[in-house]
Amino acid sequence: MSEITSSDVVKWLRLVATTLKENSDYLTELDSAIGDADHGINMKRGFEKVESKLDAMVDKDIGTILKTAGMSLIGSVGGASGPLYGTFFIEAGKEVAGKDSIGINEFAALIKRGLQGILKIGKAQRGDKTMVDALIPAIEALETAIKGGSKIHDALKSMVEAAHTGMKNTIPMLAKKGRASYLGDRSIGHQDPGATSLYLILKSAYDAWHDKE
Amino acid sequence: MKKLINKPESVVKEELEGIAVAYPSLVEVHFDPNYIYRADAPVKGKVALISGGGSGHEPLHGGFVGHGMLDAACPGNVFTSPTPDQMLEATKTVNSGEGVLYIIKNYSGDVMNFKMAADLARDEGIKVDTVIIDDDVAVKDSLYTEGRRGVGTTVIAEHILGAAAEKGYDLHRLAELGRKVNINGRSMGMALTSCIVPEHGKPTFELGETEMEIGIGIHGEPGRERVEIKSADEITEILALSIIEDGPYTRKLTQWNEEREEWEDVEVTSPPLKKGDNVLAFVNSMGGTPDIELFIIYRKLYSICEEKGIKIVRNLIGRYITSLEMQGCSITLVKMDDEMIELWDAPVKTAALRWGI
Repeated sequence: MSEITSSDVVKWLRLVATTLKENSDYLTELDSAIGDADHGINMKRGFEKVESKLDAMVDKDIGTILKTAGMSLIGSVGGASGPLYGTFFIEAGKEVAGKDSIGINEFAALIKRGLQGILKIGKAQRGDKTMVDALIPAIEALETAIKGGSKIHDALKSMVEAAHTGMKNTIPMLAKKGRASYLGDRSIGHQDPGATSLYLILKSAYDAWHDKE
Repeated sequence: MKKLINKPESVVKEELEGIAVAYPSLVEVHFDPNYIYRADAPVKGKVALISGGGSGHEPLHGGFVGHGMLDAACPGNVFTSPTPDQMLEATKTVNSGEGVLYIIKNYSGDVMNFKMAADLARDEGIKVDTVIIDDDVAVKDSLYTEGRRGVGTTVIAEHILGAAAEKGYDLHRLAELGRKVNINGRSMGMALTSCIVPEHGKPTFELGETEMEIGIGIHGEPGRERVEIKSADEITEILALSIIEDGPYTRKLTQWNEEREEWEDVEVTSPPLKKGDNVLAFVNSMGGTPDIELFIIYRKLYSICEEKGIKIVRNLIGRYITSLEMQGCSITLVKMDDEMIELWDAPVKTAALRWGI
């Protein structure tokens, strides 16, 4: 059975950096509508920093790689995204400390632990129109797929589709967290930038590992 | 876009380099991590004050570093909260052993990053307390939003607290004073234009020729509503009455519990303004609005306060907490008691505010 190795995780993070760079303007546009037009710029810069550390990480365990990514993001992204994404990766890393390869089960566990970190410091709930509205459905779909016997490829595909749907579902939501919440009803009708970057990060995992079983 | 910049991604760095050579007797600038600090730091025998936030609000906060105000300011990227490493290093630089107070504007990013920094500083044995400023009345509901934004009262708090620190207030007393200033301050802003974040290259939102945005924040984001532009007097009335008629405001703000060594949410209430109150009236340009217009706003504000029996005992008029080149203004009214008035009058020597020395 296929496993996800340290070098696969490095590949994922490199792809995240590329994807966020390509989508930087798009994320910034979303953030202009209901924010202060810096999300794309910040995420691109943050993952450029992560990318610069990756060459030195290929022979480290997955926990260390994710923790390094998280700390790097905290020190470079700024805003609310820095602490939120930073905590996501740091917490996720704790779940797989010392491991050089993991199965899809452990991947689901680390993503879930990352979510718990986000919920603890951000205190968002489902429906508040945040990154969590893409992440919670993604985890649910991933867990359901695994329980149903799916292996890496199919499980990740379900996860990404659910993240995509979750991201789109933020459009009609009223923002109750973050800068978008100041807009009140005017936040309705716009896709949340945080849910979008979250989707892109999860999609990059699928893109990096889709040719695994 | 037309801006007086070189490359968009170098804006903050070049600004800091300019500040470093502009005011060498007042401040020093540390790079990587970035922060501006008093040239005479650490100042012995007093609590150090640190604030910070995204760049783009100048002179807030870097222009307020000096005697009687901040010991250090941590600038993030434009409109982006600074990161914990900035605050941590600044803390170590300005702490003289009496502890450090963080003045935090109420935005989720600012609060998260400053809290992380406070935790890191405490891990290193430095006493840190925090004051959150959340004075913007445009955000009505805190139950279903991130809560009120920290805007104009921040400027007032930074000097009142700075003066108190110079007088020898200890960390606990300073935090209490800061919370008092916060619950007595209310602000409301409006915009005639948006602004252009350098790396974005275009206005964050577009306003038509005859439109204005009411209830804006300081990050160029859209406000609560977009309406037809009105006269200065009508605009002043909208802003001033929003403040004056704002009822008691109760919410929870996060605070460190020293005994239990954990963060807790504490309920606080801002009492409404009433007839007979003494206030500091602060009319602020969002960056692009000239002084000539600010005085027209102040004229009407003065007459509204007179009508309502609110006595203006001090004022501040000018560009102090901005949103790049946004045209617009904000009004802040802070109810002042004798202690606050005395501290406001105390000497201050910073790039953007100076009297008494």
